[in-house]
Amino acid sequence: MSAEIDVRGVSLDFPLYHGNARSLKRTVFSKVSSRIASDVRHRVVVEALRDVSFSLSSGDRLGLVGTNGAGKTTLLRTLAGIYEPLIGSLRVNGSLNALLDPQLGMNPDMTGRENIMLRGLYNGLDRAAIRRLEEDVCDFAELDDFIELPVRIYSSGMVVRLGFALATAIRPQVLLMDEWFMAGDATFMEKARARLEDMVRGAEILVLSSHQEHVILEWCTRVIWMDQGRVRADGPAAEIMDVYLGRAAA
Amino acid sequence: MSAALQTAARQPAARDLTQPPPTPWGEAWSDLREATSLWRLCWTLGWLDIKLRYRGSLLGPFWLTLSTAIMVAAMGGIYAGLFHMNLAEYLPFLSLSLVLWGFLGSLVSDASVGYTAAEGMIRSVRMPFTLYAARIVLRNVWVLLHNLVVVVVVLAVFKSWPGFTGLLALPGFALWLIDSLALSVLLGALCARFRDIPPIVGSLLQMMFFVTPVIWKPDLIHADMRWLLPLNPFYSILEMVRAPMLGQVPGASTYLSAGLYSIALCAATWLLFCRVRGRIAFWV
Repeated sequence: MSAEIDVRGVSLDFPLYHGNARSLKRTVFSKVSSRIASDVRHRVVVEALRDVSFSLSSGDRLGLVGTNGAGKTTLLRTLAGIYEPLIGSLRVNGSLNALLDPQLGMNPDMTGRENIMLRGLYNGLDRAAIRRLEEDVCDFAELDDFIELPVRIYSSGMVVRLGFALATAIRPQVLLMDEWFMAGDATFMEKARARLEDMVRGAEILVLSSHQEHVILEWCTRVIWMDQGRVRADGPAAEIMDVYLGRAAA
Repeated sequence: MSAALQTAARQPAARDLTQPPPTPWGEAWSDLREATSLWRLCWTLGWLDIKLRYRGSLLGPFWLTLSTAIMVAAMGGIYAGLFHMNLAEYLPFLSLSLVLWGFLGSLVSDASVGYTAAEGMIRSVRMPFTLYAARIVLRNVWVLLHNLVVVVVVLAVFKSWPGFTGLLALPGFALWLIDSLALSVLLGALCARFRDIPPIVGSLLQMMFFVTPVIWKPDLIHADMRWLLPLNPFYSILEMVRAPMLGQVPGASTYLSAGLYSIALCAATWLLFCRVRGRIAFWV
């Protein structure tokens, strides 16, 4: 089965229930923001996504650009199945890995080995596959005997290596990646970069959210410019980036 | 990197747009099925919760056993005196009561923060929501197993083995597990949405500890008033497992009450879960 993503007319509202919505509502309305409204039951909602439609098939490399809060991460989370839209429809075919949170599932009180095992279980791997995952991650992260010690005592470099090795060990058909992952190129060794590139090339569909032009131009063939939860522009990477950056500079 | 790992990433629920949209009922059902297929993850998470809490301590999870033993000994001495009870008769009852209530009580309080405590995981990876509930249940089963050691010792010391009647506790306990799962989903979802509920649950629970015959025996209630007992769901649920382990056969009213309350709980949970499953991620 080849991977595909089909998003049709997806809108997503974030209800704000906590942190005293009523007084928040007053504050918010006095500052007038077009993206914050109240729904029929007078709850404060943030319009995170508005009528987003696109479809991707095997081989597509999509970049998401836009200012902070434009809805990029929300869109990634929606594609990953974490947020379920009430309006519109969403179809994702193929195995999926979402690199959204670098700390995902890493518990500092557990040993390296336990963290690896848990990640394997999250992905429904059987015992043999978990053993292979362990070897692969240990090899890459060069933890040696530290694998048996709690992650809490690792040096920060070890934590980064372990987190990175875990995130990139399981290779999906659909890869969703938030910008943090490719941002710190300098801190990653050449080896890390090779591994990531290998993974990105291996994925049939890549959806990458980033602020960095060179990352987008290097990896993506198509760009969607998100603005206030809507698709503002959608097209070939170079073309959209020119418009996007031209406007941002003005 | 081995080739097997490439295809092993978990498949998301693929949806075919030509088919009618999935019903809330169907989605809730597939959530439950998916959690069942990840049973090894549930089990490991539950066990790691316990292991981590006591990592580095000398006794490890057996601190649970020890603190329960101390509690039973202290309360047993005081209350046997207060209620003018024979220790050989009272202590087996008390140890069993406290251990079983400990399971119910900590389950309820864990359940009420179940989804809010798992916020980080809920927001970063798609997992069936019943998995978080199963983790809470299994964690508390582990605690119960450690505490049951105290009960076994007390029963052995006072030579009050329940005999074959004790086996009647097993179907009761099976019902406990089902109820616990339902309660974890129900309370977890309600408490994620309404943050005022956990403190309310906490104070109600404390009240129920004294209202329910946990440290006092049900026969202390005047015979004319005993029919009221099965109206308390905690009583019938507790009695259904406790009585057999003390060698008594629970009455029909106990089973009837426990059964009816369980059906009501599961039905309410199912209806709520079908309705709000897709919203929980927005609430935490």
